[in-house]
Amino acid sequence: MIRTQRLAAGFCALLAALTAGLAFPAGAVADETTANAPKVNLVLDVSGSMRAKDIDGGSRMAAAKQAFNEVLDATPEEVRLGIRTLGANYPGDDQKTGCKDTAQLYPVGPLDRTEAKAAVATLTPTGWTPIGPALLKAAEDLDGGTGSKRIVLISDGEDTCAPLDPCEVAREIAAKGIGLTIDTLGLVPNVKMRQQLSCIAEATGGTYTSVEHTEELTDKVNQLVDRAADPVVTPVATQGADSCAKAPTLKSGLYTDREEFGQERWYRVDLDPGKELRASVSVSADRAMNPDYGLLVRAVTAHGREIVRGEAAGNGRTDVISTGLRYPKAESDDDAPAETVCVQVTNSYSAAAGVKTTPGMPLELTVDVVDGPSQASDVASFGLGRGWWLLGALVLAGFLAGVLWGWLSRWRVAVWRTN
Amino acid sequence: MRITRVLSTTLLAFGLAAAPAAADSTPSASPSEDGSAPTTAGTSFRTATEVDQGRTATASGSAGDYLYWSFPADAGQRPTVTAKVKLPEEHAGQTWQVDVYDGLRRRQACQYGAQTRTAASGTASLELACVLRTVRAWSEPWADDPLPGTYYVRLTALGLKTADLGLPVGAELRVDSKDMGGAAAVDGSLAEPLVPGIAVKSSAEDEGEDGDGDDSSASAVLSSIEPDDGWSSGWWTDRWVWTGIGGVLAALAGIGGYALTRGPGRPRQVPPGA
Repeated sequence: MIRTQRLAAGFCALLAALTAGLAFPAGAVADETTANAPKVNLVLDVSGSMRAKDIDGGSRMAAAKQAFNEVLDATPEEVRLGIRTLGANYPGDDQKTGCKDTAQLYPVGPLDRTEAKAAVATLTPTGWTPIGPALLKAAEDLDGGTGSKRIVLISDGEDTCAPLDPCEVAREIAAKGIGLTIDTLGLVPNVKMRQQLSCIAEATGGTYTSVEHTEELTDKVNQLVDRAADPVVTPVATQGADSCAKAPTLKSGLYTDREEFGQERWYRVDLDPGKELRASVSVSADRAMNPDYGLLVRAVTAHGREIVRGEAAGNGRTDVISTGLRYPKAESDDDAPAETVCVQVTNSYSAAAGVKTTPGMPLELTVDVVDGPSQASDVASFGLGRGWWLLGALVLAGFLAGVLWGWLSRWRVAVWRTN
Repeated sequence: MRITRVLSTTLLAFGLAAAPAAADSTPSASPSEDGSAPTTAGTSFRTATEVDQGRTATASGSAGDYLYWSFPADAGQRPTVTAKVKLPEEHAGQTWQVDVYDGLRRRQACQYGAQTRTAASGTASLELACVLRTVRAWSEPWADDPLPGTYYVRLTALGLKTADLGLPVGAELRVDSKDMGGAAAVDGSLAEPLVPGIAVKSSAEDEGEDGDGDDSSASAVLSSIEPDDGWSSGWWTDRWVWTGIGGVLAALAGIGGYALTRGPGRPRQVPPGA
């Protein structure tokens, strides 16, 4: 009996999702303004454990629903919001079926608040917790467009669908280079869940939050949705080569790449005389790293002579290590051709055995070519002086000059008189 | 002649008194508390929240988050970054750290201040500080001296216990700076401050002037930060005052010295009209 009820509820949810899907076809993102609209996919755990009544006296599901209602009201206009559920439809014991149980409740697109709320209202805690498959599907939902993409995963239990590790899934998604961030929220979390959810978050540069109260949940999801709405520069994907000769030539801009452990990445920048090259590089630690690490970026001439380098080293917990360099090329009188500057990036991250080495760590490269600085000809500004010693020296010099001049004129008068 | 001497001594004394007064009259950064202080923090260099100096930015986050802010610092300033972390009611011992990076994302050293601090379990809050080196208008490319431009602040917990992961924390950040005056005025200057993405931004502006680029609406830039009164041109320093006064004093001393040796007026022996 209960089973049929649940099935019915699941069917309702599906129906709602379908109608919503029909009403707002996800493919309606055509014109330019929507192409770079920020996209957020809320992924909600609707597994059986959401029935537990331990959030402010109500069930976890009730808390999630309330939070969703408030978030849907507060979502900024420009955000394309979607909702995906996991474990919402299959109540049975078969792991194989249970672990495929993820459905799009509301498609990513322009938000109809009433429709979305109605869809959320139909949810009943039901099945398994297939976090990994849900993340994969959620990433697919967000495909296309150039705006920022964010998945907000709300779960109350660790993944029950081994062997697919959701953390690996997250890393794979990140490796696609679509600039997707996964933020995770754990409802009344235990130790294992904390580790798993924060691993997912760290793999994509997202955040992990433990939630014990409805208000916290609402605030955090709102914050994350707002964060997605902030305009952010989207980096251009590039691929550095293993030598300068084969390296891609970059102009001013922001680029991303991947760099494996112990790998060299080379890029080239054409620098006109009188211009200054500024390059900053960060390599993210998106997996469990050994606590000592470093980063080296070198500017090298085409002939292999090092011009300048930037070094960074650190230890302890970190999200990223970064350094930069600048190289002002001297002005030349004749029309000298642009110099090819090779930029080499190497990292000294290391990881324990068993940690995946491919794909490499995310690398972010900022290149700016600006006008060169006006060189200093003196230590002090315009060679001007300052301080009591300067005043003393000037007064003394002036006085001595005065005395000398006085003597001279006296002597001249004396000479004139004798003549 | 006595009058001249008295006059020169008074002028000398006046000049000496005036010089340091002029040197010390540095414009103090007025802390203007208005509603525009940000209430969020970014999670990476790219998304760092921009904070003006003298404002207190607040943010709520979770233990384990990396919180990023950015602020502008101009030549002659010595910025001090202070961060306050409000910890949850129950927690194990936690170590927090504030790191400052310059516009090239190079880590900048702190001269003084507790950059890293450990809060014993149950402590309600902790405070971190970092006093940077004085920002110079120019440095050699091989040095990592602080240069005018964007500065990034990263606040994070180091070595968290798993049980503390994700607990709600509050953070406050404030950047003030001391004006170091002419003592820090160096020669040379950058054509553009060390603001990431400035080359892209200026080329976009050029396109806009040509009339074929209309990306004024919400186009994202890496860093759009600027001091309240713009980047300094690097032309003015109080060294002009010191040097100018020095010149005047030297001239006066010269007159004094001349008067001393040349004697008063024309020699008595010289007949008038000679």
